[in-house]
Amino acid sequence: MNVLLGLPLAVPLLGAALSMVVRRLWAQRAISFVALAIAVGSSLAVLVRVITTDEIVVSRLGGWPAAVAITLVGDRLAAVMLVIATSVLAVVLVFAIGQRAVDERSPYYHPTYLVLSAGVAQAFLSGDLFNLFVAFELLLMASYVLLTLEGTDAQVRSGTTYVVLNIVESLVLLTAVGLVFAATGTVSMAELPARLADLPDGVRTGLNLLLLVAFGIKAAVFPLFFWLPDSYPTAPSSVTAVFAGLLTKVGVYALIRTEMLLFPGGQSTLLLWIACLTMIVGVLGAISHSDMKRILSFHIVSQIGYMVLGIALGTQAAIAATVLFLVHQIPVKTSLFLVQGIVERETGTSAFSDVGGMARRSGALAALFMLPALSLAGLPPFSGFIGKFALVRAGFDQDQHVVVGIALLGSLLTLVSMTKIWIGVFWGDVRPAVPEGRVGVLRHHRLMSSATVVVVGGTLAIAAFAGPLYSFCVSAAAQLVDPSQYIEAVLGS
Amino acid sequence: MSLSLVVLIGVLFGAGTYLLLHRTLTRIALGVAMLGNGVNVLILATGARSGGAPIIGRDGPLTDSVPQALVLTAIVIGFALTAFLLALAWRSWTLAGNDTVEDDLEDRRIARIEREAERLAELRRDVRSSEDVES
Repeated sequence: MNVLLGLPLAVPLLGAALSMVVRRLWAQRAISFVALAIAVGSSLAVLVRVITTDEIVVSRLGGWPAAVAITLVGDRLAAVMLVIATSVLAVVLVFAIGQRAVDERSPYYHPTYLVLSAGVAQAFLSGDLFNLFVAFELLLMASYVLLTLEGTDAQVRSGTTYVVLNIVESLVLLTAVGLVFAATGTVSMAELPARLADLPDGVRTGLNLLLLVAFGIKAAVFPLFFWLPDSYPTAPSSVTAVFAGLLTKVGVYALIRTEMLLFPGGQSTLLLWIACLTMIVGVLGAISHSDMKRILSFHIVSQIGYMVLGIALGTQAAIAATVLFLVHQIPVKTSLFLVQGIVERETGTSAFSDVGGMARRSGALAALFMLPALSLAGLPPFSGFIGKFALVRAGFDQDQHVVVGIALLGSLLTLVSMTKIWIGVFWGDVRPAVPEGRVGVLRHHRLMSSATVVVVGGTLAIAAFAGPLYSFCVSAAAQLVDPSQYIEAVLGS
Repeated sequence: MSLSLVVLIGVLFGAGTYLLLHRTLTRIALGVAMLGNGVNVLILATGARSGGAPIIGRDGPLTDSVPQALVLTAIVIGFALTAFLLALAWRSWTLAGNDTVEDDLEDRRIARIEREAERLAELRRDVRSSEDVES
């Protein structure tokens, strides 16, 4: 049994329990920091161990045999996702404290935030389907609370859509898990591939579709995305930043596991078209809006399409590109929402009708927006270009010219909508008007901008170290394409 | 697996889905409770062998304890979800006096703009046709 794997999951949960009892704001903040620091540290240790020993770390809670124990599995993909997720959670916590929003001062914010991070960690590490379901419930329950913590009219309205849709997703997932168990007699992801392969084709397809629908709702792919742009914009920016960066990506991660491990079958035409429609519909939705937060929310949907594209192609190169894209997407999306949070803090809104001239008020803030925005659109030399380039190359290898064309069109439209934000928020006269001599002064807390700088720095680092990162992604994809390593690591030892 | 259980699952899923499609939060909460129980019965009905309690030392056909453990967890989660939905419904009631889910503000704005544009186009058509009649 490997204690290291349990830490990113157990420490935040214990911290959450402790801070429910303490209820003093400074103590809660301290607990959150310590818990997240331990989570980041142990995730890093897992990553280092996975890279240096080139093996898959497995932990069976309670020391039971793999078939009945709660298994935690850390392969390359899980380890890298864990490191990025916990670090983003830690940095955004700094931002939330600097933001001084109403909800961070609620005694329930910190415990819920820690539960969310435990849920995300468990989702990445789960070695069986039912545990994955429990992890989803953990992080969803926390997200319900975070989304509606202020309890305003708008939050209750949009929170309802979010909660109901995600409950439907949970029920579909639970049904799928129950039927998988009924058909195969196990929920362990290591035992399932062999047993699922023995099933009749019809049953296999049915189970695969049920899981696709469940994870598709979570990942917000077309046509199951409509809850996302509706509900995310009403939460405080720090909460939306975490949701945007992590929650949909957990869905994508589960999709990768389902398609690579449980139902390996090479290229999937259904997923290819879902990917194309997600990219285009998402970006068109973004262009049609005129509020920074709403545009960015639609972009979450659009970018999910690129990851699904890689999963649909299913080759090692395509999966490597998907992993790279996931890794780049989390900090980029988070930093864009953090910049939006600063804009909202300065002006009280982010609707184009009421904001303008932010570049004149702070050039640094404009740069902080510009860098991840160009990266999102996929312009060189930023991290988005590298991810998209890898995807496009994998697409050409498979002779999917139409799909690649649609992906590139999606990128172009992304650039258009980023320009729209730039013109609407950063150019023009300073609005709302500020007194003469106060134009260059920003009122937000230093912690907010420093947290944003750290995340933007992270996206630049991804671009700078793209070479080593890509070769890491290729080896992660090798583990995913060949499930026998995973199965052997879990069942063999 | 008996037919009555299958029918029960079908009824719970059907009634739950029907209730879920409403706009009143109380009905949605009821629907979620029904659907959740439908899934629980489904897991028990499809996955579990019938038999005695699975305790070491007992003879005879033993039941499979895994689906029971799954359902137990699912019941707890379902309980928490229903409680949260009811809390949301109550909050919505105290804020707005009802628990109906409204359309998104932005959606309503876009719909209004669309309606006004249509009305304007209609007015223009009317004016043009009356001009035609006069000439």
